[in-house]
Amino acid sequence: MCSLALFPPPLPSGQTTLCESNNELLSGATTEDRLKQESSPLSLYFPRESLKLHSRTESSSKAAFLDHSETLWMRSAAAWRDGGLTGLLNEITNSHTDVPKCLSVSSGCILALLRKISSFHGSLFPHLTLSSEDMIAEFSQVLNWSDCVVRAFAWHPHTDKFAVALLDDSIKIYNPKSVTTPTLKHRLQRSVAAVQWKPLCASALAVACQNCLLVWHVDPCSLSTRPSSGCAQVLSHPGHSPVTSIAWSPSGSLLVSASPMDTAMMVWDVASESCVPLQRVGGGGVSFLSWSPDGSHVLASTPSALFRVWETRMWTCERWPCVKGRCQSGCWSPDGSRLLFTVLGEMVIYALTFTDTPAGVPTSTSKGPQAAAVVADLSETTFNTPNGDVIIGGEIQSLAWDPTGERLAVLLKGDPQAADRRPAIIAVFKTRTNPIFELLPCGFIQGELGAEPRLMQFHPNFQHGALLTVCWSSGRITHVPFYFMGAGVPHFGLSGSPSVPRPQAGPADFSNHSLFTELIS
Amino acid sequence: MFSAEQSCWFVRKVICWRAAASIAWAVLLLPPITAVFVILSKFSLLHPIQTISECLSLLTSASAVFSLILLCGVILMVGFLNLEYYTVIPTIACSKIALLGQLLHPRQLVNSLVHCIMGIIVAWCCAITIGGRYETLGYPCAQSDGDSSPQMCLNEYHLILLLAGAFVGFSYSLLGVIHNMNYVSFHTVQQYKYLRFKGSLPLVVKCSATQALKSVRNYVVVYLFLGYIPKAWICKTLNLHLNSSAHPLDSIAGLLDFSLLYHLWISASFLLFTWHITLLLFRIFVTEVYSFPVQSSFTEDVHQCLPKVLTDNQPMILKFLALQDLALLSQHSPSRRCEVFSLSQPGGHPHNWNAISKECMSLLADLTQRLVAYHDTVATNGRAKSLSTGSERKTSSETSVTSGTDDLMSPRPTFLMKTPASVFARSIVGGPQSPLTAPFTPDLDSPFASPALRRLTAPVEQCSPWFGTVQSPHVMRRGPKLWSTSTDSQVNGSPQSSPASVPSPKQEPSKPSLLAQFLQNRKEQVKNFLAKRVLIMYLFNKLPEASSQALFADSQAHIWALEGLSYLVQASFSEDQFGVVQTTLPSILSCMLVLQEAVDRHFKLPHASSKPVRSTGSMGDSTYKTLRFALRATLKTAIYRITTMFGNHLNAIQMSAEHRKRLQQFLEYKE
Repeated sequence: MCSLALFPPPLPSGQTTLCESNNELLSGATTEDRLKQESSPLSLYFPRESLKLHSRTESSSKAAFLDHSETLWMRSAAAWRDGGLTGLLNEITNSHTDVPKCLSVSSGCILALLRKISSFHGSLFPHLTLSSEDMIAEFSQVLNWSDCVVRAFAWHPHTDKFAVALLDDSIKIYNPKSVTTPTLKHRLQRSVAAVQWKPLCASALAVACQNCLLVWHVDPCSLSTRPSSGCAQVLSHPGHSPVTSIAWSPSGSLLVSASPMDTAMMVWDVASESCVPLQRVGGGGVSFLSWSPDGSHVLASTPSALFRVWETRMWTCERWPCVKGRCQSGCWSPDGSRLLFTVLGEMVIYALTFTDTPAGVPTSTSKGPQAAAVVADLSETTFNTPNGDVIIGGEIQSLAWDPTGERLAVLLKGDPQAADRRPAIIAVFKTRTNPIFELLPCGFIQGELGAEPRLMQFHPNFQHGALLTVCWSSGRITHVPFYFMGAGVPHFGLSGSPSVPRPQAGPADFSNHSLFTELIS
Repeated sequence: MFSAEQSCWFVRKVICWRAAASIAWAVLLLPPITAVFVILSKFSLLHPIQTISECLSLLTSASAVFSLILLCGVILMVGFLNLEYYTVIPTIACSKIALLGQLLHPRQLVNSLVHCIMGIIVAWCCAITIGGRYETLGYPCAQSDGDSSPQMCLNEYHLILLLAGAFVGFSYSLLGVIHNMNYVSFHTVQQYKYLRFKGSLPLVVKCSATQALKSVRNYVVVYLFLGYIPKAWICKTLNLHLNSSAHPLDSIAGLLDFSLLYHLWISASFLLFTWHITLLLFRIFVTEVYSFPVQSSFTEDVHQCLPKVLTDNQPMILKFLALQDLALLSQHSPSRRCEVFSLSQPGGHPHNWNAISKECMSLLADLTQRLVAYHDTVATNGRAKSLSTGSERKTSSETSVTSGTDDLMSPRPTFLMKTPASVFARSIVGGPQSPLTAPFTPDLDSPFASPALRRLTAPVEQCSPWFGTVQSPHVMRRGPKLWSTSTDSQVNGSPQSSPASVPSPKQEPSKPSLLAQFLQNRKEQVKNFLAKRVLIMYLFNKLPEASSQALFADSQAHIWALEGLSYLVQASFSEDQFGVVQTTLPSILSCMLVLQEAVDRHFKLPHASSKPVRSTGSMGDSTYKTLRFALRATLKTAIYRITTMFGNHLNAIQMSAEHRKRLQQFLEYKE
């Protein structure tokens, strides 16, 4: 088991981590380093002030207009449209003058009964009482989502472009090979919780929004900077909102989406806009999804202390009850045989190993392990630095494993309210899967002074090792390369991931060089 | 015949058993459904315990057992009709008149009649179980004129329930045609039968209830106006009397009986629910994956192996299941893939791979050819764009088409060569015979398209480079114009294309005689006159999108072929020990690229890319409406799957410059 005590001490404040080379993390504080890094085309900075935020929600504009009396029917219809059944009952209860007494009293009783039932339901599953914004913040993989300038980030699985969802509900697409940066805006694109590019496709981007799923088709050759909302497919299903997590199948054919309000996980056939709900009793919703890179399993965690591992051939699932809290995050090894996950309220990383079914035998139930093993302990550890003692450790927000299976990044939540002010920080492990699974310490990744990491993702096909992209609380997006020689090209499952790193990718290679050569010593 | 025997094999051994199993389950589910129906029909809020005891006594009575046996018979019949009428390729009516034709087809009339009778039987059983005032058709009543002898009167409540059953049965069969209820679609997400059934059960309940509500609403309106006809007829034939003291039900006051409406609705829901359950079970059982052996060591089983089964065209369900199995094995099963890539033991030929890839590619080529032909008819007949000279239309793709047709016209034999043109040539030769072209109804423009436009476009067509031998038979055969057939052939036809059908004086359209011109003007006047009649326009106007849907009606097969091929090619990178895939890789790629081009062009047509309206609350499967989008997405993914796997190795493959350019786009992720 690996613990934080084995890690090298964190950098003194003011220093930033630049890259890993020759097996150690290099840092720099001088301005030229930072300038160098900022000059690279993909390092972005979104100051909070530059974003035009929604000053008020749409429903609040009601106050700006004069009150005028409509007939009861009109008001009831409007209440039905805006607030559904509860809205209608509320309206009837409140308009004493127009309705007969018995009607208003009975609707008041029904309303009270509904409230009792919903509060009972809410006491079973406390997350159901949250507003949708709070719910996204609670279950998102982004640390402190509601206050985050960059709310979601996704690398394209095959090329060097990425999509960034910002606080003002717009999505920008950056491509180093193109001068245009398309900005995607849509009426329904609110509170973006996650974005993901479709594998084996150049253009399709799935966006998890507050009320629906959007699938944008952004033509990579188009010169338009504002694709019209006609380019977006809207996928929605009653009761399936807010969507907090999405995952494409690695073969690009299916999309799964999850909402903590809906006990069913949706499997979408995006082209025909049809969905199959996969419903199981227990859990009270689905909060986080992760599809294994070989396409054989899907991790689906629920808001209660239970998660499921679906097998994607016949869509059966295994239940994994946790002891303490819900499964907060998880990630799969590149060959899909090992799942690492973390549990809310615990400071350890667990591992589950799925043995491959014997080749050729068409078993459809996945034969899984019996229990999860603890592989790393991230409880609070005090480091002695020249600036004094620094405490690092605590609960884990998210996990990311690079596509070669050599580096594991762990985003620690930190605790800004604590007296000793533990900052959020990224700890990186070196991992090895053969012959035995091992975690070795690599180091901490720190940003500039006062910036906390909020979101991280590995580049899906970086040629020289691994490339971790980090979005900071300041609105900056930086890339931290890890230069190493892989222990060999990983062997992928056959049904599998197309993201095999190929040594000969001409133009992509070039751009990477131009981005990072200055850092290679 | 060998193939006939084979189809017998599959239908006899698999499909029939699956249908039997589904019917058996439906029959097993009948008693609980009936129990729920009895409870719901007799439920009274004020006496819950009494309701339950009544229901229990009713369920154990002899009449209940008898009606249950009758209902079982109905379910058996419904199951048999499902088996008899199901299809995996939907029939899509391109205009209202075609839909009318479908509805009036004798086969469909028989179906409707049988459903009517079954509806009456179910309604009779409902009447027996509900009991009370619904129980018998006649009852003794005192005569109004003071005569003491009791006589039998008509119980209108019984009659209205029976007629409701007939009406709902009829509308079920009618809506079955309109919504393509007999179409069996295959799911992309594989699930176990029980889970799939459980998942779709709420939907069935919902749509049965809503459908019953709609049917009852319509029925009540019909009965209000026309109810006196069956009433009088029944009275006359059975010598019953009308009780004048009772309320007549075909009046507004009589029909505003809440309890009656509730019983009508609950009976209709029960009827539709049992039938829908039977249909749902049938669909689930029939579309279950069937695993065909890839190769067999016994010669008598060879006709059951995948490569042989794929090439069969009858029955269609066999081909579809085989293609589904191919797509799944290529994705999930390394050992079966290994069998596909294996060589035959004496001789060392990759027979399995050759047969599979050949069949898949011929499917794709068939679709390409269909799309190109459709596009040509539309481009030359419907749009003003073709007013420009023919050479302008010769875009990149059409050059390949032209070369393909040149190949065909040239005397040398057309073998399967490694050029894209050969794919075309082959498909053109083999295309028309293929049964997959059966649902082909390509005529997008209405028969009332402006005649002036047509006259203008016709000469252009004539000087276009591929006017003549290959193209015009397509245009003529595939473009059934309502009244303008002779006009068209007169303009279109050239001596070498159809010398027999065209009368000789009309062969020179450039110098028409005065008489011919006069006749043509008359004809156009007639057409213009008819085009202004609203009803005729309504009946004969093409439904937008419908022709596009019809083109892609069987595209599920193409989707599986694309998936199967692309996964196999992807796996061949590491699994194919003898390099059997390499020899066909160029033709697979060019086949896909040509199809990609044709699909792209098709989606530029009006109505092709408009999304169909999502219909909810109907048991009809509307998957076929979006198959073209699924095909487009699958095609792109399939090409990307190959290019991502092989990368720059693909540059070593011989292909035309056109295709290489196209492929480069895919390699750079710019499509």
